[in-house]
Amino acid sequence: MGYYHGILLLVGIFITLTLSLNLINGFCGQFSLGHAGFWGAGAYASAVYSVFYAFPLPAPINMLIAIAVGFIAAAICGLIIGVPCLRLRGDYLAIATLGFGEIVRISIMNTEMVGGPRGFINIPHWANIWWVYGVAFVIALFMFNLKRSAFGRAIISIREDEIAAENMGVNLFNSKLFSFTIGAGIAGMAGALFAHTQQFLHPSNFNFMWSVIILVMVILGGQGSVTGSIIGAVILTIVPEALRYAGGTVAEWRMTIFPVLLIILMMAKPEGLFGAHEISFRKRSEG
Amino acid sequence: MSQNFIYFLWDCLQYFINGIAQGSLYAMVALGYTMVYGIIRLVNFAHGEFLMIGAMCGFYALRANLPMPAAILVAMLSSGLIAIIVERVVYRPIRKSGRIPALITAIGTSLFFQYFGQLVFGADPKTIPPFIEEKIFNLGEINVSNVQIAIFCITLFVLLFLFWLTHYTKVGKAMRAVSYNLPAAELMGINTNKIISFTFFLGAALAGLGGMLMGYTMSVEPMMGMNLGTKAFVAAVVGGIGIIPGAALGGFIIGIAENLVAGLYKSSLRDAVSFFILILILLVKPSGILGKNMKEKV
Repeated sequence: MGYYHGILLLVGIFITLTLSLNLINGFCGQFSLGHAGFWGAGAYASAVYSVFYAFPLPAPINMLIAIAVGFIAAAICGLIIGVPCLRLRGDYLAIATLGFGEIVRISIMNTEMVGGPRGFINIPHWANIWWVYGVAFVIALFMFNLKRSAFGRAIISIREDEIAAENMGVNLFNSKLFSFTIGAGIAGMAGALFAHTQQFLHPSNFNFMWSVIILVMVILGGQGSVTGSIIGAVILTIVPEALRYAGGTVAEWRMTIFPVLLIILMMAKPEGLFGAHEISFRKRSEG
Repeated sequence: MSQNFIYFLWDCLQYFINGIAQGSLYAMVALGYTMVYGIIRLVNFAHGEFLMIGAMCGFYALRANLPMPAAILVAMLSSGLIAIIVERVVYRPIRKSGRIPALITAIGTSLFFQYFGQLVFGADPKTIPPFIEEKIFNLGEINVSNVQIAIFCITLFVLLFLFWLTHYTKVGKAMRAVSYNLPAAELMGINTNKIISFTFFLGAALAGLGGMLMGYTMSVEPMMGMNLGTKAFVAAVVGGIGIIPGAALGGFIIGIAENLVAGLYKSSLRDAVSFFILILILLVKPSGILGKNMKEKV
């Protein structure tokens, strides 16, 4: 039971993470390769709160505060990196965020207070699976509504064509900074949930590889699709685990199958499984 | 001046020289990044993995009792061939679909080779046996080894060779033409696909050479490409990506800065230095130290 429970927890956390990166990458079209850095910043900040500075309050209220701490810490990181870096475009932004993510990880490794390279232990077990899926649900609702709002459409127009969007009166810098900061903050919330369900944090949880995995989840689902992100996160968390049971060669080679699938996806359908579309149970005639 | 201060200066000089030797390696790998980026505007994340494959093949060539020069040749040829295959199978079909899908494909290729390397070669670090006796020269308070001098000379030679190639040969002129304007070069009768393949081969062969030298000073392992590759890439961006002297300059800057910080302050911050310089450069001059600013046209 514990194993399946652990995977379910991870699925929920990755849904939140994928949704947050989708705001930056899918909606706004800003290519970020340092998302694990924000995730780690939120996780460590919330854990520092709950281990060293926790108020004597009941656990659920403290957990809410920890999530808020994670959100604020990661959002501040997003703001710090966003203000200077959002002038850059495309692959330059990708490199800058990659560098930032690594700097966060190395800073954590060099901070003795949070255990440095040994990892951060004794984090209280405040969150459970209900917390994880509750937050994921709220974030998904937020994204759905954002996508339909006027501001959300302005953000999406930046992805389509920056120059045209600016001509139509979209404030490029503010919209980009909003999506970058909020996206980073939500990743921080996922970090807080990760810290308080796993009860142990290690800097290698937040390396470049994980930024790529979150990115692949967004791209698999389709950039700009909320339901796509959720499905991408579910598939890419469960399939590598399921392949463990395939036995023999497949289980051994599963980590090479994963990048091959990514390449094939990019060749066949660069916009992802769903593109920008949503799965809807309503009739098509409305739109 | 006090005695301590003089020793401090000697220390600085020592780290500076170590930095130049390490920077030469970064420069050699950065050349491949810069050439590929210059020609098709692709950040080839798999470049570090070409290096790893070259070093691995060189290691096995040495184990098969080949002499060192032959092993280096094997390393360069094998990484070059892998690069040509990857370019033909993976990058060429994706070239038309935009830069972000191409970037993601490159990341995918890089991850594939990392895990492929772990499965095929094993995850344990391998050491290349020394083939020249390491001599250390003492100059005042600093030590310089003949290996460091050799690495520096090889890099210098490679740079001169590339200068000659790009300026005085037909294929080099074609490379410059393609990087300047791909469709126009095609209209002038240049076989662009061949030139792009050649660029990949050349860059990866240099990476293979760099991998052998790296393996000679440290060790050979499947994940070595990741660390070295990112730093070389940072070097390429710092110097101005797409510009060959820029890659060399960036490599030396990163190597020297890393060794100074690691030696004088804290060695665990070694990896953060390069990224810090990267972000600084991107903020001040995104096109790199030697780069020209480009305006985007509507």
